[in-house]
Amino acid sequence: MQAAVLQNQFESLLGGPLDWQSRPAPERVRTGVSEVDSATGGLPRGGLTEIFGPPSSGRTSLLVAILAEATARDEFCALVDAEDTFDPGSATAAGVRLDRLLWVRCGHSAEHALQAGDLLIQGGGFGLVAMDFGDTTAARRISLTSWFRLRRAVENTPTVLVTVALESNAKTCASLMLECRRERIAWSGARNTARLLRSMVVRIDSHRARRAPRTVCSPVFTAKAI
Amino acid sequence: MFASLHGKGNLTALAFEFSPTVEQTAADTVTLDAAGLGRLFGRGDLWVQDVAAAMARRAAELQTGAPSEPAIAIAMASNPDAAICAARGFPGVSIIPHGDEAKFLGPLPLALLAPSPELQETLERWGIRRFQDLAALPPLGIAERLGSEGLRLRELARGEAERKLVPIEDPLHFEDDIELEHPVELLEPLAFLLARLLNGLATRLATRALATDELRLRLKLENRATHERTLRLPVPSLDTKAFLKLLQLDLTAHPPAAPIVHVWMGVNPVKPQAAQSGLFLLAAPEPVKLELTLARIQAIVGEGRAGSPEPIDTHRPDAFRMTDFGRARPGKACTYPTRLALRIFRPPRAARVALASGQPSFVEAGGIRGKVVDLGGPWRTSGDWWTTDPWSRDEWDIALSDGALYRLYCGPKGWFVEGSYD
Repeated sequence: MQAAVLQNQFESLLGGPLDWQSRPAPERVRTGVSEVDSATGGLPRGGLTEIFGPPSSGRTSLLVAILAEATARDEFCALVDAEDTFDPGSATAAGVRLDRLLWVRCGHSAEHALQAGDLLIQGGGFGLVAMDFGDTTAARRISLTSWFRLRRAVENTPTVLVTVALESNAKTCASLMLECRRERIAWSGARNTARLLRSMVVRIDSHRARRAPRTVCSPVFTAKAI
Repeated sequence: MFASLHGKGNLTALAFEFSPTVEQTAADTVTLDAAGLGRLFGRGDLWVQDVAAAMARRAAELQTGAPSEPAIAIAMASNPDAAICAARGFPGVSIIPHGDEAKFLGPLPLALLAPSPELQETLERWGIRRFQDLAALPPLGIAERLGSEGLRLRELARGEAERKLVPIEDPLHFEDDIELEHPVELLEPLAFLLARLLNGLATRLATRALATDELRLRLKLENRATHERTLRLPVPSLDTKAFLKLLQLDLTAHPPAAPIVHVWMGVNPVKPQAAQSGLFLLAAPEPVKLELTLARIQAIVGEGRAGSPEPIDTHRPDAFRMTDFGRARPGKACTYPTRLALRIFRPPRAARVALASGQPSFVEAGGIRGKVVDLGGPWRTSGDWWTTDPWSRDEWDIALSDGALYRLYCGPKGWFVEGSYD
C-alpha cells in the first residue's frame, strides 16, 4: 500500500508514469554499409549481432566493412578468427586500420575461439569484438548457455559483439541477426572472354529477436581492382 | 663542516667511506659533508683533527700501491669552497678554523679560482695575484668594475661563499633473490616465492614513487643451468597481481628444464606514466589488463598468434607479419568503397583441375568439388625474380556448382585453391 502511495508521489513529481521496468534502447553504431544501416539502424552496443549465411554469401565482406567503420572511429577492435582465414590485404583495401585491430588466430578450433572471445569481452576496452567461425560446423556445438554467457558479459558495456557463421547459433541471445545470401556476381566482360570479377550483390535479411519485422537490403561489394 | 680531497686515485670511494653526501667537484677533487662525524670520532672539539687524521691514514693506505704518486691533499673548512681551495692550494692536511678562512687562504694564488681570461688579465694589470689582495678590495668597487663574477671571486677568496653540495646519486638497484634449501619442481609453490619477491620490489619502488616496465627473472636450476625470462610492459605499472599472473603464464609456456634452486628477480625502475583521462576519449583496453588478456589468449592459441597484422611492402600474395597490438598510430579516417573480402585458406588447398580450352572446367580440392559454372581470368602475376625466392602464378576467379566463389591459381608447384570470396 505504501509502495503504491510512494509511486503515486513520484509520478506526480515526475509528471508522468514511473517506467522503471523498460530498458533504454541500446546505442547503435554504423556498419559502414549504408544499405544495412538504413535497414537495421546499425549494430547495437552491448548486444550480440549474428551474421550468417552459406559460403560466398558476403558475410565476411560485411564483417570487414564493419571493422573498417569501427577502426575509422578510432575504436580498438578484436577479431577472433576460428579458421585462420582473415586476409589482411583485402581488409586494408576495404579501409580497416590494422594497427587498431587485434587478430587472434585460433587455428581451426572453435573452442579456442570461444575462450579467446570470452577473455576479450571480460578484459573490456574494445569497441568491437568479432568472432568469425567461418565455414566450420563446430559453431553448432557451442551450447546456448555459452552464448547466453557471452551475451551477459557484453551487456552494459560499450562493446559490439559480432559473430559470423554458417547458420544462426545464438538464437534468442542475439539482439540482431543478419542473414546473407548471394544474389548475383558481376564480371567485367562477356562470357568466354578474358575478364575479371567485378562485384557481388548480396541480399541481407535483417531481423531483430522477438519476432520483429524483417527488413531486406541488397548492398554491392566490389572486387579489388587489380 | 666540509672536507675536500684533492689528488689522484679513487677519491670518491674514499669519500664514501666517511660520508654518504659526496660531491664530485672535479676529476681530481671530491668534497664531502663531514657534519655529524663528531659522533663517530668523538674527542670533543678535536673531532675535526681526528677525522682529518683518519682520512689521511686511509688515503695513505690506499696509496701504498703507488708510492710515486703525490699524497692526497685533505682540507676541512666550514664551507665547501674554502675546503676545495685549501685542498688544491696546500699539500697534506689543512684544517681551517671557522672565521679564519680569509686569513688562511690569503697566500694562495688567484689562478686557483680559475677566473675568466679577461678578468684574470684585468686583475694581473691591477697587480692582484693572491687571495688576500682580492679579499682586501672593497665590494662596491669590485661590483662597479668587475661585475657579479668579480664579487663571486672575492667571496671565494675570503672563504665566505656558501652553497649546497651537489651529491653523487647512488644508482638505484631493484633486485632481490632467494636461495632455496630444497629445489622447487612445481610452478605453484614457485608462485609463492615470486609473489614474495614481487611484493618486496613493488614496495621499494612505491616508496620512491617509481614503477617498472621490465621484469627480469633468473632461475638457477639443479643441473647448474640458468633459465632467464624477461617481461616487458607497454606502460610502467606496479600491479603485482598482474605481474605474477604474467610470470605464471610465461613460465607455463616456457617451463624450466630442471628443479629450481635459486630465484633472482630484477625490475627496471622508471617513472610512472601519468595520463589524464578525458570525458570524450574513446574507451581503450587498459594496457596492463590488455597485456594479461593477451598472455592468457596466447596460452590458449599459441605464442605469436595474437597481434596486429602488418602488410609487408611486396606484391607477394598473403604477405604480412604479426606485430604487437596496442601501438596504434594516429591516422586519418578515409572513406573506402565496400570491398569484396577474401577468406584465405592457410595453407592453400592443392587442387585437381580439369581443363577445357585452356580454362578450368572442373575443380576438386580438400572439401571443395564442383563444376566451374562461371570464371574470370587468367590474371598473371610474378615477383621477386631478382631474389632466390621468386614467385609467379596465373589466377582465376571461379564460381563452382557448389554455389561458392573461389580464387584458383596455377603456380610452379601445381594448382591450388587460395581462398573463397565471401
